[in-house]
Amino acid sequence: MPISRATVEHIARLSRIALPDAEAALLTGQLDTILRYIEKLDQLDTASIPAMSHVLGLTNVFREDMRRPSLAPEDSLANAPAGDNGQFQVPKII
Amino acid sequence: MRRPAITDSFKYLKLFKHMPITDCSAYEIRQKITAGELSAPEIAAAYIRKITAANQRFNIFVHFEPEEIMNRARRASHGPLHGIPLAVKDNLCVRGEPTTCASRILSGFRPPYNSTVIDRLEQAGALLLGKTNMDEFAFGSSCETSCYGPTANPWDRRCAPGGSSGGSAAAVAARFCPLALGSDTGGSIRQPASFCGVTGFKPTYGRISRYGLIAFASSLDQIGPFARDVRDTALLMNAMCGYDPADSTCAQQPVPDYLSGLDKDIRGLRIGIPREYFPPQLDPEVNALVRAALAVLEQQGVELIDIRLPHTEYAVAVYYIIAPSEASSNLARFDGVQYGLRAAAHGVSGQSLLDMYEQTRAQGFGCEAKRRIILGTYALSSGYYDAYYLKALKVRSLISRDFEQAFAHCDCIATPTSPTTAFRLGERLNDPLAMYLSDVFTISANLAGLPALSLPCGFSRALPAGLQLLGKPFAEELLLRIGHHYQQQTSWHTQSPPEA
Amino acid sequence: MSYETIIGLEVHVQLKTASKAFCGCGTEFGLAPNTQVCPVCLGFPGTLPVLNRQFLNYGLRVALALNCQPAAFLKFDRKHYFYPDLPKNYQISQYDQPLAANGWIDIDTPQERKRIRIKRVHMEEDAGKLIHTAAATLVDYNRCGMPLLEIVSEPDIASAQQAYDYLVKLKAIIAYLDVSDCDMEKGSLRCDANISLRPCGQQRLGVKTEVKNMNSFKGVRDALNYEAGRQEDILGAGGAIEQQTRLWNETQQKTILMRSKEEAHDYRYFPEPDLVPFTIAPQTIAAAQATLPELPEAKKERLMNQFGLPAYDADVISSDKHLALFFEETAKGYPVPKTVSNWLMGDIMSYCNEHRLDFAQLPEVLPARNLIDLLQRIDQGTISGKIAKTILPELFGSDKTVDRIIAEKNLCQISDTAELNEVIRTVLRENAGVVTEFKSGKEKSFMFLVGQIMKKTRGKANPQLITTLLRERINSET
Repeated sequence: MPISRATVEHIARLSRIALPDAEAALLTGQLDTILRYIEKLDQLDTASIPAMSHVLGLTNVFREDMRRPSLAPEDSLANAPAGDNGQFQVPKII
Repeated sequence: MRRPAITDSFKYLKLFKHMPITDCSAYEIRQKITAGELSAPEIAAAYIRKITAANQRFNIFVHFEPEEIMNRARRASHGPLHGIPLAVKDNLCVRGEPTTCASRILSGFRPPYNSTVIDRLEQAGALLLGKTNMDEFAFGSSCETSCYGPTANPWDRRCAPGGSSGGSAAAVAARFCPLALGSDTGGSIRQPASFCGVTGFKPTYGRISRYGLIAFASSLDQIGPFARDVRDTALLMNAMCGYDPADSTCAQQPVPDYLSGLDKDIRGLRIGIPREYFPPQLDPEVNALVRAALAVLEQQGVELIDIRLPHTEYAVAVYYIIAPSEASSNLARFDGVQYGLRAAAHGVSGQSLLDMYEQTRAQGFGCEAKRRIILGTYALSSGYYDAYYLKALKVRSLISRDFEQAFAHCDCIATPTSPTTAFRLGERLNDPLAMYLSDVFTISANLAGLPALSLPCGFSRALPAGLQLLGKPFAEELLLRIGHHYQQQTSWHTQSPPEA
Repeated sequence: MSYETIIGLEVHVQLKTASKAFCGCGTEFGLAPNTQVCPVCLGFPGTLPVLNRQFLNYGLRVALALNCQPAAFLKFDRKHYFYPDLPKNYQISQYDQPLAANGWIDIDTPQERKRIRIKRVHMEEDAGKLIHTAAATLVDYNRCGMPLLEIVSEPDIASAQQAYDYLVKLKAIIAYLDVSDCDMEKGSLRCDANISLRPCGQQRLGVKTEVKNMNSFKGVRDALNYEAGRQEDILGAGGAIEQQTRLWNETQQKTILMRSKEEAHDYRYFPEPDLVPFTIAPQTIAAAQATLPELPEAKKERLMNQFGLPAYDADVISSDKHLALFFEETAKGYPVPKTVSNWLMGDIMSYCNEHRLDFAQLPEVLPARNLIDLLQRIDQGTISGKIAKTILPELFGSDKTVDRIIAEKNLCQISDTAELNEVIRTVLRENAGVVTEFKSGKEKSFMFLVGQIMKKTRGKANPQLITTLLRERINSET
């Protein structure tokens, strides 16, 4: 299942990463190599094998419904590239 | 000959006391502090001198503020690690300190919170020296994808220190600190430990809270220690491990005293040798060193048995689906809205939101980060999920079962940590697949969540090689015990690089 | 050609836990921007979510009250899309193993009782709020991470009115459980709708549109009526419906295109690795089921059986938990339930509506004791029903007793025969013409005379008594 340049460009858009032409070409080749390597998994019949998304087997980990102090307003916005009056600022969404 | 005056000998004594501090193990420093021979500020001063003089040669610390270190030394808690210097990988959040994952996208970020491990180690009195270099977001096996440039291997500056926790491994090797923290998602502690000739430990998934570790792949990441020897590793583990209510995936298992377990008997233990980890491509000298290490253990009364881990060859493929998929999700938050980089000339007005996202992420992430984000996004995207992500989770089950079956016959498993010793800087940077394949022996432990220890086991052409011990879940104590017994019989871990 | 409308609703309900879904921040509404946030709900790097136990408890109660089958095993997933109100650019939600599935709500249509099936109920975290200014967009994350339940119906709803009725019923049930404010204006209940049309008799479903941005139940009904009309116009003209997401514009009273199918999201769901899976044991479900309060349907039945209310009254009163509680409290002390229900559905409800009072506040502003006293004074002849209606507004929010108000305002009914006869004599003298009209057979004139007597006594005359006295007096004059 080799990957096409168009797919790479589509995925880059989905990932919100601007991809200049030269980078897209290089990346397509590299991803193609990696995906071809990954194809070796097709050798295995996994129809009856369960998917393993957690290794520990832990279940039911909760916190109690208790309030804890929130951040001081100056701390929540201290790292913000652009803020306005206690709010994060982004380009206008039409 | 005139006998030296008392003042002279006192001066000599001071000098003597300063000279070896950076050569002391954490355990020795603790003894000297307990005996009242050393104070935290004295230790801090010695390390600051050493690091200030030599950091440029290796590019190990990326955030290092001597004044702040002295402040910390003066107020260090009087816990079991009082005054013992500690280097921290730059993906662990430290309140108010730069925490960048060696990425431009996090430039300027100072978290308003501590990682749980940092809280615990500060309570134990550890002296935080600064943040160490790493592959950007821990994406790499050579410490070369950092936005701060590569770290050099203290044993040979032309070589990579391994990665992604290359800075922390090199820091311990270069005697910049006796203890350091790293994180291991596919070998990021063990491979650099092997390349730098130090002891590196990835505990069981869930043994140490991940709260405050900037996630790469959440189901694989685990924080762990670097030290010069197993005893120091145990000392650090004692202060780090245990349940944390802030991490749902943190285990509630009780934590044994790893130090007091070190001297227990190892006779009669069975160590499994998986033939899949000794393939023809394995560097013959590395093979010989690992075999010699196993012979040392055999002499101490352990039994070596052959085992099979038949799905080993699929581990890299599984890993390079699961890890980038989770990474693509974890790194979605870096978008220029709340913290870190926002692409210049893309302030607020005059450009679209989409533009801001795409330019910020294009400028903020390096090549490897982009590669992994796009690979991961692809594997999760509509129409491909079953073929890639789901398939990988199923093969992950098979790999995990291999270990369960193997551990029915043995107490631990021994392998080389890496198929080679340190490779040259730049050698694999443009061949991502070759770079990925260098993790072939370390990845399975993360997929199965198992503890794994890397120990120095000799030198090939003046570069260190590593022996890896893998254990059952939560068998940290056993692995440390075997490692300690090995280090009682060998001196590889006491060697220091000529330049250090 | 006539068309059949098919509607499915997706309702988001914000649960009123003390702290957020995955962190310890509070859940208050209307605080200064970004003052109810922490590193976890801001999605700062390195932070991790931990599930609020109460979120699952409340969710389970709602699921059971909606007749759903709770899952024995559930997990959370990440749903990805880039938007500034979503700090991690993914939302912790549930994809293929939700909290519960296969429930229903019954609604009453003019023709029949109709079962609307509920497909699934799942848990997720809320997003932040965007404020659009002239120059930029500002983000407030206070709401971010609040616990939400998404309740998805099957496409069983056949009209805008049924959608409205479904929402009213859903809100009543959740209010009975006391797990959400269900206030659409405050955003603690939100509703998106999927609507399609198909020619009557056709099996295959038509192409649907999704309608968002409704701010009230009425808005949902208006939007769906509009959208059904819009689709019918297109189909009637031989056109085809495009799969779209459309926004309801309240001021223009129409739906506007937001995005078409080509721009549909690719959410890239995968299991949330930072949370472990959850199991719900059968005994937990049984325990939750056993502690569910009486729900609107059961309440209605009981109001009819135990108190003998007509179906209509029982329906109105059971539609709100607090109204029903107030009814029962009052009916305990006053033995004619129908009179209580008349007062509740009449003067009390209109006072509450007029003064924007929530029925939940009733026990506070109008203790049941006061209403009981008021009704008893009518029965005892102390005041007339009419006077009682003027006393009611005085009682709201007052700490005075009914008797004190009657005394202070001198509202006691005049039942003294001599006093009333004196007034009657005066009225008859002043309205001799009207009396003549009455005598010649004009019945209405009698009521006019009663009115004149009431006017002279400022409403305090005992109405039964004056009727009797007035008749006697007129008859004796002939």
